[in-house]
Amino acid sequence: MSVTIQLKVNGRPVSAEVRADTMLSTFLREQLRLTGTHVGCDTGSCGACTVHLDGRAVKSCNVLAAQAQGREVTTIEGVTPVDGSLHPMQAAFKACHGLQCGFCTPGMVMCAIDLVTHHEHATDEQIRAGLEGNLCRCTGYHNIVRAVAQAAKVMGR
Amino acid sequence: MSAVQPLIGRSIERKEDYRFLTGAGQYTDDIILPQQTYAWFLRSPHAHARFRSIDTSAARAAPGVLAVFTSKDLAGIGGLPCGWLIKSIDGSPMKEPKHPVLAEEKVRHVGDPLALVVAESLVQAKAAAALIEVDYEVLPVVVDTAMAAKSGTAVHDMAPDNVCYTWAIGDKAAVDAAFARADHITRLSIVNNRLIPNAIEPRAANASYSRADDSYTLYVTSQNPHVERLLMTAFVLGLPEHKVRVIAPDVGGGFGSKIYLYAEETALVWAARRVGRPIKWTAERHESFLTDAHGRDHVSIAELALDRGGKFLALRVHTTANLGAYLSTFASCIPTILYATLLAGQYATPAIYCEVQAVFTNTTPVDAYRGAGRPEAAYLLERTVELAARELHIDPAELRRRNFIRAFPYASPVGLSYDTGDYEATLNQVLDFADVKGFPARKAASAQRGLLRGIGYSCYIEACGIAPSNIAGALGARAGLFEAGEIRVHPTGKVTVFTGSHSHGQGHETTFAQVVADRLGLAIDDVDIQHGDTGKVLFGMGTYGSRSLAVGGTAIIKALDKIIAKGKKIAAHLLEASDADVEFASGEFRVVGTDRKKGFAEIALAAYVPHNFPLDKLEPGLNENAFYDPANFTFPAGSYLCEVEVDPDTGAVRIDRFTASDDFGNVVNPMIVEGQVHGGLAQGIGQALLEGCVYNSDGQLLSGSYLDYAMPRAADLPAFRVETVKGTPCTHNPLGVKGCGEAGAIGSPAAVMNAILDALSPLGVTHFDMPATPYRVWQAIRAARR
Repeated sequence: MSVTIQLKVNGRPVSAEVRADTMLSTFLREQLRLTGTHVGCDTGSCGACTVHLDGRAVKSCNVLAAQAQGREVTTIEGVTPVDGSLHPMQAAFKACHGLQCGFCTPGMVMCAIDLVTHHEHATDEQIRAGLEGNLCRCTGYHNIVRAVAQAAKVMGR
Repeated sequence: MSAVQPLIGRSIERKEDYRFLTGAGQYTDDIILPQQTYAWFLRSPHAHARFRSIDTSAARAAPGVLAVFTSKDLAGIGGLPCGWLIKSIDGSPMKEPKHPVLAEEKVRHVGDPLALVVAESLVQAKAAAALIEVDYEVLPVVVDTAMAAKSGTAVHDMAPDNVCYTWAIGDKAAVDAAFARADHITRLSIVNNRLIPNAIEPRAANASYSRADDSYTLYVTSQNPHVERLLMTAFVLGLPEHKVRVIAPDVGGGFGSKIYLYAEETALVWAARRVGRPIKWTAERHESFLTDAHGRDHVSIAELALDRGGKFLALRVHTTANLGAYLSTFASCIPTILYATLLAGQYATPAIYCEVQAVFTNTTPVDAYRGAGRPEAAYLLERTVELAARELHIDPAELRRRNFIRAFPYASPVGLSYDTGDYEATLNQVLDFADVKGFPARKAASAQRGLLRGIGYSCYIEACGIAPSNIAGALGARAGLFEAGEIRVHPTGKVTVFTGSHSHGQGHETTFAQVVADRLGLAIDDVDIQHGDTGKVLFGMGTYGSRSLAVGGTAIIKALDKIIAKGKKIAAHLLEASDADVEFASGEFRVVGTDRKKGFAEIALAAYVPHNFPLDKLEPGLNENAFYDPANFTFPAGSYLCEVEVDPDTGAVRIDRFTASDDFGNVVNPMIVEGQVHGGLAQGIGQALLEGCVYNSDGQLLSGSYLDYAMPRAADLPAFRVETVKGTPCTHNPLGVKGCGEAGAIGSPAAVMNAILDALSPLGVTHFDMPATPYRVWQAIRAARR
């Protein structure tokens, strides 16, 4: 029923006992108290739970904590610089008003970082397609798309 | 020293963004309290059933379970109240069946809660709930809005025909006479499709009771914590209001769905005392689909009488509105007061009559959802006007110009007095920015590729900034709709503002700070906005109905007036002048005609170090509050233009461009206002193209997850062109603001559908209902061929 997992979270080693059926999102939020990763649905559809697993975006509600054994997880907290400044993607969202209620935002930022790092994103169409796994109910996506394009330039991508 | 340029009118980046961007927001589900327990609700799988017994014995004995409660345990508490009394045409009050916190004897929609399980973990609570045995007797179901009153199956005994009320507004005789002499009548049978709000943060609550001081604390996803507290303590649980603290921390979107007093948090507060430990509940998305109040769901007949020159003579509307299984908190006023009073639109139609029959069905309760009645009115009116233009072969923009209201204030035949407006201005702007002149060439180019191109208009108006309490009260509201604000100046000259408004995405921590900092001559970082906590904020009616800046902002302005008035007294004392000789500008109190002055910070410190104050005339301290009851609604208005390309073979619709021109009066933060319009447009376009709540005839919700209910995604939407005109500032609040939060959702559905129907008109399609999914467009094309 329970398994012990060893993994890295935001650069630090973590060792924990989890129920075998615990999803990564629950593990992060409830056991590690990294509540920046949010849960918005129960069908893997909304993307609010997006984190990076070995540097690639995944929906953490769709990954068992046990599947992260021996791997590196990065959450929104891990992407945030410790000196109070912002990652270029975060700064672009702020400058472009790419967030309103903030609930989809961590997942959206994590997806966007993966998008500009690993996928085609030169056109608005490509950015919009790249964000298809993330729902936002507040912004209408208009400013999110602008923010992603702006951040890509700053990040040299 | 004062800011170099005014903050009002500038697109200042938001103060609240840092915590949201870095995952440091505190949403209700983020909270885990010491000794936390977890709640799970047993919900009805049937749309309508009687239950003879609920056997919770196995559940209570299950591992980790602390308690299982049903309505028998809750005996003696009240039902969830409805806050607006609507009367039928015959003067009788609306039917108000009890809305129990946990189902009593009957369940009336899928998802209706019957039992609350509290356990050490969520997993254990769910497992225990599965052990509860309910002896159901399944009953016939009524689902369809149009057929509910004739169905023969009553949702509530007290409404045998399922009619809650039959309400009307306007002058029926004048309308009938106008129709009798009309040159042309345009008639439209039109549906406003039912929607599910789906804020991305599910509803949640965490309730605890303290024996130490006999008090309760409730964290809850609410748009209005003081209203939540008042309704729960005074009308349902019979608790002392002053011993209950309700905190709405960061809330992830509301759109109306988080206004209401729901069963879940009410049951949790009640149970917290009995269990003796904090109880936490968060909806899973399928529960949100089943229990968050739904929106819209009107079936209407609209008739517009015109003369041969295209002048509107009269409008006659009949609407059947679905309330769902129970009256939600504001449900009764949405298809009446917030709907029919907008049927004049931007037009000087002399006679209007609207009758609304509101019906119960075995579906989720329906209440306000972004726009709340005004989208239904704008959609019906703007589709009808566009159809009339087509029938009369008059250009749709020209037909509207012939009927615009041009003199203000304007008393409409459906009860509202528009203070000011300029509808030509937004129509002209949108025609320009949407490049309507270039449309024929674009249409020809589309045709070359086998595609149909169309444009559609929507010239909407809405009434927001709700509301004047005396008007609301006369119309049946059981509450006032004022707002409250408190300004606390600290000894160091920093300022904390407590507002009864609540931000769940609207950016008040920034916009309200812009207003206060400007007025007091402070840096924006020296002003902090606090909201959402009944333990900190004096009172508030909350945020909905695009009211925060217009009503909440004005309460703050009035509190600022009091701060400055007292500051002048303190300055007069320090400068040995008379109060009347002191003026305040740019952060300084100055004796008129001299250079003797004191800065704001000096006055603040003096207020708390009141040496030699004439204490019989001047108290220490600098802290003022104000309550503001608006004189009228505000009336934002605008013109939207949508251009689409339709593939006649697949029915697929692509929005080529969407252009919005709005008159919001004065604008405090243009970037935030644009963002509000973007979000509203996305929801309105979602309604027009994608969204639709579907129940089957057994009352099962088929569109019950994000896999089945099509939420707009980034690729479904275009970039928007959103502009505002300099406009007509609101005449009755000091900021001159009208409110902008709902406009996008109100105006856009008609623009989209009008564009699609324009594209399809050569194929003989004159109307079909939303959503215009590819299948439905394809069906409409085929139907027109027969």
